[in-house]
Amino acid sequence: MRIHFKTSYEHDIRLFPDRWSFLVYALLIVVAVLLPWLIDDFFLGEVTNVLIWAIAGLGLMMLTGQTGQASLGHAAFLALGCYSCIIFMEQGLPFLIAFPAAGILTGIIGTIIAIPAIRLHGIYLAIATMALSILADDIIVLMEPITNGVSGKFAPVINIFGIEIERWGTPDRFYWLVLVVAIICTLIYRNILRSPLGRAFAAVRDSEVSATAMGIHISRTKAISFGISCAITGLAGALMGFFSGIVTNETFSIVISITLLMMIVIGGLGSIHGAFFGAVVVAFLPQFLSLAKETVIGGGVAIPGLETGVFGMILILFILFEPMGIYGRWMKIRIWFELFPFARKDMFKRQKSYLKTERLR
Amino acid sequence: MEVLQLLVSGLANGCVYGLIALGFVLIYKATEQVNFAQGDFMMLGAFITLGLTNAHYMGLPFWVAAPLAIAIMAVLGYLLDFFVLRHLFGQSQTAVVILTIALGFVIRFIAGLIWTHEPQTLESPLAIGDINVGGVVLGMADVAVIVVTVLMTFFLYQFFQRTKLGLAMQAASQNQMAAYFMGIPVKRVQGMIWGLSGAVAAVAGILFASKGAIDPNAGLLGIKAFAAAVIGGFGSLPGALMGGLIVGVIEPFASRYFPAGYSQIAPYTLLLFVLVFRPHGLFSQVRTKKV
Amino acid sequence: MSNLLEIKNATLKFGGVTAVNDLTFSVEEGEVYAIVGPNGAGKSTVFNLISRFYDPYAGSINFDGNNLLDRNADAVADLGIARTFQNIELFDHATVLQNLLVGRHRHRSTNLLQEALFTSKVRREEKRHREAVEEVIDFLDLQPYRDKMIAGLPYGVRKVVELGRALASGPRLLLLDEPASGLSVEETQDMRWWIDDIRKQMGITVLMVEHDMGLVSGVSDRVLALADGAKLAEGTPAQVQSDPAVIEAYLGAGAA
Repeated sequence: MRIHFKTSYEHDIRLFPDRWSFLVYALLIVVAVLLPWLIDDFFLGEVTNVLIWAIAGLGLMMLTGQTGQASLGHAAFLALGCYSCIIFMEQGLPFLIAFPAAGILTGIIGTIIAIPAIRLHGIYLAIATMALSILADDIIVLMEPITNGVSGKFAPVINIFGIEIERWGTPDRFYWLVLVVAIICTLIYRNILRSPLGRAFAAVRDSEVSATAMGIHISRTKAISFGISCAITGLAGALMGFFSGIVTNETFSIVISITLLMMIVIGGLGSIHGAFFGAVVVAFLPQFLSLAKETVIGGGVAIPGLETGVFGMILILFILFEPMGIYGRWMKIRIWFELFPFARKDMFKRQKSYLKTERLR
Repeated sequence: MEVLQLLVSGLANGCVYGLIALGFVLIYKATEQVNFAQGDFMMLGAFITLGLTNAHYMGLPFWVAAPLAIAIMAVLGYLLDFFVLRHLFGQSQTAVVILTIALGFVIRFIAGLIWTHEPQTLESPLAIGDINVGGVVLGMADVAVIVVTVLMTFFLYQFFQRTKLGLAMQAASQNQMAAYFMGIPVKRVQGMIWGLSGAVAAVAGILFASKGAIDPNAGLLGIKAFAAAVIGGFGSLPGALMGGLIVGVIEPFASRYFPAGYSQIAPYTLLLFVLVFRPHGLFSQVRTKKV
Repeated sequence: MSNLLEIKNATLKFGGVTAVNDLTFSVEEGEVYAIVGPNGAGKSTVFNLISRFYDPYAGSINFDGNNLLDRNADAVADLGIARTFQNIELFDHATVLQNLLVGRHRHRSTNLLQEALFTSKVRREEKRHREAVEEVIDFLDLQPYRDKMIAGLPYGVRKVVELGRALASGPRLLLLDEPASGLSVEETQDMRWWIDDIRKQMGITVLMVEHDMGLVSGVSDRVLALADGAKLAEGTPAQVQSDPAVIEAYLGAGAA
């Protein structure tokens, strides 16, 4: 095990706990930047998809993992980010302004929606956001003059200082764009986590009474969390629009909301790694399943519901046997190797927990 | 007269929503868990009945198949609690929410494998055409649904008020700790509540399938029932039924009198209004947590 | 000495039950003031009134010239009032260090944008918070647990962490809700020394609710005995313990 000798407060505040992990992440980024030369365009597209899902996952993770508020409606904010970005660009704004503006707009609208919603506890919030996601689908259809309704909108070509970026024409440039956004979002996420706001989020998640007694304004904190979460999700939504090329009311259905929430649970709630791990599962599961189906029963046979069914099964197994998600499992394996051969079996035994109720009736 | 027709078909739909919502609330009150798969339970109950009674499958008489299906669903509900949900004790509500949503996916997938995704109709004696009451044509199935729901509510009420098990369930859902000290086997009672709500879901499924064709995606109806439960108040059994009726009645009227496109958002808009202005539902009281 | 906290004619009713009945008392700056009484006497309710979790039905609560009733529950900490809870309310999925740092929340002066970018100002503030928290950690001997998750800590340690979190906020008035309940004899002894030091070295006024009369008479200057939400007796620990009304309330009429 690497032992950290802390010699200054800087140690706890730093982005990376030690030089080793700094090197690991630096290497990871170098590989990520060089990726277009290492793999073909198809897989590059898949990796791009993973990164976009990971950004969306970070968005929801801020709300659910850090602040403890489950949202079943984040597809609505993906849609909002996507449509507003495309519309801004159609109005002639350059991508570099339209894209962040879409994120900020989504964040602001998210905060406004949050103000009544945050009074709701746990399950009620989940239902309210679920209703929002269902409504978003219909509202997109109703707002046809702006959104083109069911026929959908085409994503314009991105132009950054004369460099044209398009998902099919220049997949490598699009990939780099997404990578940059992913890195920026991760950094912002990490920064918030290590500052007072991040701790306030955790405080609200774990005990609202004592958070209040410590001077934390519960609804304001939740609203801020909602806002940041929606802003990041909006950015991911815009990227999703550029990735798929065309967006309709069905692109961001309630199923996407549910998938997103399941994704961060499978990845591991409350960790940045979790968002990325979960995104890998979501993005690669369909490919993997169709491959498996072809080898087992031959191609051409369609099994409706197979993807969601298997995805659901995986999720159930995770919640039952590894509630900390892939990240939790990964940590255990890492610690096991670091301690080898001294790891004990009961080291990872789950703490006994008690039902902590926020129920009022 | 058109109003009466809309009202009856709305009430019939509302009864199905209400019964599904009742299942949610039963479980929520007893265990603080929320079963997002309740709609899929309903669908599964319908398909099990269909599999037992339709000539194409096993061809049992309906009056044998229906109780059997209800019993099977009750056992499934109990086993689900025993093997899965009991082990989630102490985990966050979010975990349970997601788990039951995932469970819904799995149930839908399995139902699709067994009964295919083609819509099918249940060969039910309740589906016997229309009757004409003073110039108003009413679906017999709609009337039957309403009658069965009223009977069911009456029996459930009697069950909770008069039987030992019913009282134990009430006690366990009001104060687990106190019930435990009074010698009520809380865990087993919770399992039975899951069983009961499985049975209620099966009844809802049979009623729903008597009104028209079903396919594995019928479980998505659960979302509307969910809205109904919240509108009525998540903590109250009569509230759940009332919420179901409200949502059921709003729908046909909205699609008749609102422009197209606006009608399907009516229940959810109402839901959001209720959540904003009366977060705990129209029919429930609120107390605060003690520190 | 001046009065730091003044409660006048406070009354609180839950439905038909009067939890606090026309209660008046004041806590002087620099003293340790204890509230004792049988279960259900309304001791924790008094704390919840001060924390503004409950609204009094009548009466006034003043802290250092500020009307507490003008404030929301989350604005009480800003005045320098920190508290612990009877059934520990810590942030279970965070480390001890993070819990204590939440105590510093009222000293936060950076905004969202600065924190998202982690500017040098945030960095400076963070260092200052951590210095303050390290002092508390040293004071309460929490070093071995600094980076441990709360969820895995034994009860006694959690109790200390909760005290630490309250101290980290740099309060003027510390509300301790049954600081010794569930603690072993040794842990109670530690708690006694800490309360002594908190008052003497840090100059923090302490208001506590406690059942353990040994601890109460050991550390407190004045004691208030409550029964059924009303004042039964007030005075030095010895005076209150020998008060016939208190003896009767505790032991029942037959023993008096």
